[in-house]
Amino acid sequence: MTHTVAHFGKDLIGIEPLSAEQILLILDTAEPFKEISERRIKKVPVLRGKTIVNLFFEPSTRTRISFEFAEKRLSADTVNITTTGSSVVKGETLVDTARNLEAMRIDMVVIRHGSSGAARFLAERIPSNVVSAGDGSHEHPTQALLDLLTIRDRLAKIEGARVCIVGDILHSRVARSNIYGLTKLGAEVGVCGPPTLMPVGIEELGVRVFRRVEEAIEWADVLNVLRLQLERMQGGYVPSLREYNRVYGVSSARLERVPKELLILHPGPMNRGVEIDSDVADGPHSVILDQVTNGIAVRMAVLYLLAGGAPEKAESAKGGVEE
Amino acid sequence: MSGSAREPLLLRGGRVVDPSQGFDDVSDVLLLEGRVEALGKGLSAPDGARMVECRGLIVMPGLIDVHVHLREPGGEHKETIESGARAAAAGGFTTVCAMPNTDPPIDDPAAVGFVLAEGQRAGGARVYPLGCISVGQKGERLAEVGEMVAAGAVGITDDGYPVMDSGLMRLALEYSLIFGVPVADHPEDLGLSRAGTMNEGLTATRLGLRGKPNASEDVHILRDLMIAELTGGHIHLQHVSTRLGIDAIRQAKERGVRVTAEATPHHMLLTDEAVEGYRTEAKMNPPLRSRADAEAVIAGFCDGTLDVLATDHAPHHYDEKEQAFDDAPNGIVGLETALGLVHTHLVGKGLLDLPTLVERMSVAPARAFGLAGGTLREGAPGDVTLIDTAARWTVAASRFLSKSRNTPFEGWELVGRAVMTVVGGLVVWELEDERS
Repeated sequence: MTHTVAHFGKDLIGIEPLSAEQILLILDTAEPFKEISERRIKKVPVLRGKTIVNLFFEPSTRTRISFEFAEKRLSADTVNITTTGSSVVKGETLVDTARNLEAMRIDMVVIRHGSSGAARFLAERIPSNVVSAGDGSHEHPTQALLDLLTIRDRLAKIEGARVCIVGDILHSRVARSNIYGLTKLGAEVGVCGPPTLMPVGIEELGVRVFRRVEEAIEWADVLNVLRLQLERMQGGYVPSLREYNRVYGVSSARLERVPKELLILHPGPMNRGVEIDSDVADGPHSVILDQVTNGIAVRMAVLYLLAGGAPEKAESAKGGVEE
Repeated sequence: MSGSAREPLLLRGGRVVDPSQGFDDVSDVLLLEGRVEALGKGLSAPDGARMVECRGLIVMPGLIDVHVHLREPGGEHKETIESGARAAAAGGFTTVCAMPNTDPPIDDPAAVGFVLAEGQRAGGARVYPLGCISVGQKGERLAEVGEMVAAGAVGITDDGYPVMDSGLMRLALEYSLIFGVPVADHPEDLGLSRAGTMNEGLTATRLGLRGKPNASEDVHILRDLMIAELTGGHIHLQHVSTRLGIDAIRQAKERGVRVTAEATPHHMLLTDEAVEGYRTEAKMNPPLRSRADAEAVIAGFCDGTLDVLATDHAPHHYDEKEQAFDDAPNGIVGLETALGLVHTHLVGKGLLDLPTLVERMSVAPARAFGLAGGTLREGAPGDVTLIDTAARWTVAASRFLSKSRNTPFEGWELVGRAVMTVVGGLVVWELEDERS
């Protein structure tokens, strides 16, 4: 069995190991793939004959569906394995799961897992290409890539943009992947959230820390508003959702105080009225649905490159319609 | 294995290092009837004695590790008392103290007796059990400390868990005064360490792993020291890993608080960067900490603030470590690497002299737990370790006598190792392909 090594390695486990050039390569490769989803027949034969397993150990709707659309629009054969609750499938270890999948002669695994490092763990043990769809609080690389693509679409370039990530930085894989991606591409990055949800040493990743969301809004060109998990309230990190909204909620009242062009991103799913108010989510600043659309193109680009596709041929590769 | 029971043993011409009597000279040691018969130059061998040529070797009172997990009963797939006692002997240890966090925990005299009996059967290092502080290690009420001590327990601890209830710790330190045994505590404030699986800091933040701050250990150390001062009890602080914790112990000792404390090789020689790549063999509790903390542990160990070297030998089956980092258990094996690591990296670098190494690995542990070894005085138990300080070797877990191989030191090149371990006058372990 041959598993190809793409322009950024066998796997996509995180943004941290990538160079700026590799990130840009993925974003540039995603551009031609955007158009496929606008066609009447949304299918090209790029990954025909490839078998991809979507292995989701954590509940996920949008990421799993986005990957599945990306795979299907590239004509891959896909299988979804979804287990929830335990980090280990019914007593079977992650190692055994990996070995069994490998024995079924698959080509790629997309893995979502509640434990940080699980994607890398799998990638080190199987020859198939592994794509992380989020591991614990570590990284969610395709989310960061789609965020980068969305910002680039609107601002023309990422370099020099001031992007502030707002919310639960401590537990957020989206925050980490975004910090790596944005700083590598030359953006100025801020993080804003309650000190109880701010990881130690975060400044050493080259970001500035805002304690008050008002200051973050004043500073930023882009706000990436993170979902506040309900468990954080149960864990006592914030006293109540109501109070969180009062102190950190991104509301139109707060935005109106600083009249300027501001992009609002949110990785979803949103808690309307908690971290973001509906009039902001649905308002003119919001590019939240663009993110969803871009997610499919970015994931197509990642799968295409991992399968050995040449970036310069992405345009022609998608030319043929699956017969 | 060589030497038959009760055969006199004459260890001839080695450099005998015994800080318990300020002795450091080329000398002979004669072991007879399981005890040290004589220490001196030109001793003659009694009839039927085995003579061991020790020229170029260090002869020292047997190493003692006051903190090992032998997993039996309940965790025999990781280690048994027998495999642990043999691994200990292979590491140069003549005595180990077994932690009571087994399944079931060692919290009554019968269980203490079981560990002692299995230890005697093992034919390796001596095995002395510690009993639990609290019934079932639940942290609620005192176990039968007196009954356990009468059965052979040499101390009490709830290791694996800290004693979170300060009131219970007070009772334990007071009650233990009756029997003269130390109360050993794993210092960790669980409220502060919360869901942490590694040291809090940049590496944890990058890897997306929850961190345990130094403060989670510091506050517990300070609390234990205060309660020891209040009660006059003997607190033994296990595997100390933080700079401020060590400062606190140093100050408490100056005030006369009865405290002894452990340093582990891994907290001296590794930092939390070893977790990079989600290496579960670098997952332990307390976690590997910062460079500054590791340096503080070395300094504290060298100046004697941390009295004893302890391995916290914590075997786990490879399946258990072959998991995502959060899911893997804490701990590493240490019995077969401790001496080589400390000799190479502390003695070899001039941070510690050999007599002080013997003090920390034999004399002080015996004193802290009131054990009979730790000396080569006439009449002492015939527990002796022979070390070749020039032996170069490479750590290879596949060659461990321990049932487990979870070490972060695989492949490390070390200088110095035990070549013979003698317990009660019997050679219980001897390095193969070495001297005849």
